[in-house]
Amino acid sequence: MVNNNYLPFKAKILDKYQQTELDWTYRLECQIKPIFGQFMEVSLPGVGECPISISDFGEGYIEMTIRTVGQVTEGIEKLNPEDYLYLRGPYGIGFPIESFYNKHLIIATGGTGLAPVKSIINYFYAHPELLKQCDILTGFKTPSDVLFTSDLDKWSQLFRVEVTVDKLDEFGNLEVIPNSCSRKTGLITSLIPEVQLPSLEDVRVVIVGPPIMMRYTAQEFLCRGLKQENIWVSFERKMSCGLGKCGHCKIDETYVCLEGPVFNFTKAQTLLD
Amino acid sequence: MGYKYTAAAFNQLLENLRKKHRVYAPILLKGKGKFSDADLVGYDEIARVEEVVFNQKSYFSPKETFYPITQTLFYFAGDEFKESVVDEKGIIVFLRACDIQAVERLDKIMLENGLSPDYYYERLRKHLKFIVMDCQESFDSCFCVSMGTNTTKNYSASVRYENGLYLSDVKIDIDGLFALYGEQFEVSPQFVETNKQMVQVPQNLNLESVAINPIWEEYGARCIACGRCTVVCPSCSCYTMQDIFYEDNPKCGERRRVWASCHIDGFTDMAGGHSFRRTNGERMRFKVMHKINDFKQRFGVHMCVGCGRCDNACPEYISLAHCIDRLGKEEVGNCG
Ligand SMILES: Cc1cc2nc3c(=O)[nH]c(=O)nc-3n(C[C@H](O)[C@H](O)[C@H](O)COP(=O)(O)OP(=O)(O)OC[C@H]3O[C@@H](n4cnc5c(N)ncnc54)[C@H](O)[C@@H]3O)c2cc1C
Ligand code: SF4
Ligand code: SF4
Ligand code: FES
Repeated sequence: MVNNNYLPFKAKILDKYQQTELDWTYRLECQIKPIFGQFMEVSLPGVGECPISISDFGEGYIEMTIRTVGQVTEGIEKLNPEDYLYLRGPYGIGFPIESFYNKHLIIATGGTGLAPVKSIINYFYAHPELLKQCDILTGFKTPSDVLFTSDLDKWSQLFRVEVTVDKLDEFGNLEVIPNSCSRKTGLITSLIPEVQLPSLEDVRVVIVGPPIMMRYTAQEFLCRGLKQENIWVSFERKMSCGLGKCGHCKIDETYVCLEGPVFNFTKAQTLLD
Repeated sequence: MGYKYTAAAFNQLLENLRKKHRVYAPILLKGKGKFSDADLVGYDEIARVEEVVFNQKSYFSPKETFYPITQTLFYFAGDEFKESVVDEKGIIVFLRACDIQAVERLDKIMLENGLSPDYYYERLRKHLKFIVMDCQESFDSCFCVSMGTNTTKNYSASVRYENGLYLSDVKIDIDGLFALYGEQFEVSPQFVETNKQMVQVPQNLNLESVAINPIWEEYGARCIACGRCTVVCPSCSCYTMQDIFYEDNPKCGERRRVWASCHIDGFTDMAGGHSFRRTNGERMRFKVMHKINDFKQRFGVHMCVGCGRCDNACPEYISLAHCIDRLGKEEVGNCG
């Protein structure tokens, strides 16, 4: 019999940690072995389904960091350990992790864009000998939006981590960011002119965030002399299937759920909505 | 092998086909037209051949007979998921050459695109058999000849009504019934070789220059984003997922999919208020490019089959045929 590619499987919530007022990380019991940057379709029966990146994974589990923004994600927020979520996937093309070996990797993220690359950072944190150098530049709207503070602290023991917030708000100041990181206010693009690039040919850049952030951040790196082919981005689109059927994620002749969400910038910059 | 049938003989054939098949054909749907007393030609099951409308093009396309407007994928009750049941009967559809070509386009996206065939599409598609209705004369909005979709060899049987008889060329007889009720007769199916409107199809559109073409603003000013053009289109395949739960028992419900349209608001909406192609002009460009450029780049054939239904359906009298022709003529003009 043909496989029913729409039927989800059950995954028990093993653990749940709050990241910010709106973001929670869920650890789910799951045997899949994803590629860094892939996503799953996550279901809450009776409410709906939505695409969520795998933010981390390990033996027998995957993690997802989910921002409460609408019906499905609100429903998920009400769940607790021992409850179940329903999954299908993993889907999409992830990051070409091996092409980063022995290079100077720069990861630039905006907001929840940090979630899909968290597993890459953790991977290289566990294997720092695989990289020449690693910089993490991450921007958030305000201090209360900062994600993964304990991870940021951990990563900054090995890598240079810069955290910037667009503006300060009444709930927090820069103190919420671990002091092992460099803490700034301003847009993420303002960090790029300062980044040390000792050997330009070795630099590989990963950019994940809202569309405008990715566009301007890539531009800044191109200004620094980087070649388009050494930059990767990850797209977000409305998706109803993840299978190349529903049509929502299509841009030109490209299906983001199939050929993305991760694109090399040579391809990404040709995609016209 | 060719056969001829009286109406009575054809009806006997239908009666027997219907034992193992649902037979769909274009018929007059009472009161479904633009005005409440007007009729519209659309698809439904038939029992008698006299119901079939031969002398008009159907307003709706045949795709709903095997790709329903709303389709339940599975039911859930607590932790249990139960796949929706499928009618194991065959599906026989009366349709035109361009419509059969459109099904071949749907197959490309639903069966070939991505890593695996769409389970629910394939489930019904494998039961589908075509009866091609001859086109002796082109209807007003047709431009199949320009799209190269005016003929087909992909059918079980053909049918046309001529001098009180039904004439059929049978390629693959269904349970031997066409032979049983017909009288042998020399028949070859008739397809049009020319249309009232011939369209210059662009060969090599450059996306960047297409995107800045002022015609999209012009179309955007007229289009009201109603999506009718995509609903009647035989090759539009997009859908959106929808969950419902039953009011008397919120633990139970079903997941469905419903047809969607890239012309309608919300098609690209994401959480946080992001959306793409906000203007109706950009949406027109996106649809046109899908129909005559993007699909071909991926699958080697144009998605548009030139059936002209969108032109009949548009309340703003926007003509896709005319739009394609303008792009084609501009392209030739620019090169020469
Ligand atoms: C590849 C990919 C990876 C992603 N990874 C993550 C991740 O790691 N973490 C994360 O938090 N998010 C991620 N997202 C985003 C996530 O998919 C969305 O936040 C999620 O779909 C929201 O679903 P929801 O049901 O909660 O919101 P919905 O209730 O569906 O609302 C979402 C938006 O859709 C619109 N909308 C919904 N229904 C209607 C309607 N009936 N009429 C009009 N507008 C409507 C609204 O504008 C609303 O803002 C990812 C998306 C993609 C494509
Ligand atoms: S034209 Fe629009 S609705 Fe039709 S298949 Fe293409 S994207 Fe979907
Ligand atoms: S039918 Fe006409 S008005 Fe409606 S969406 Fe299509 S082009 Fe626009
Ligand atoms: S998400 Fe459905 S086609 Fe890509």
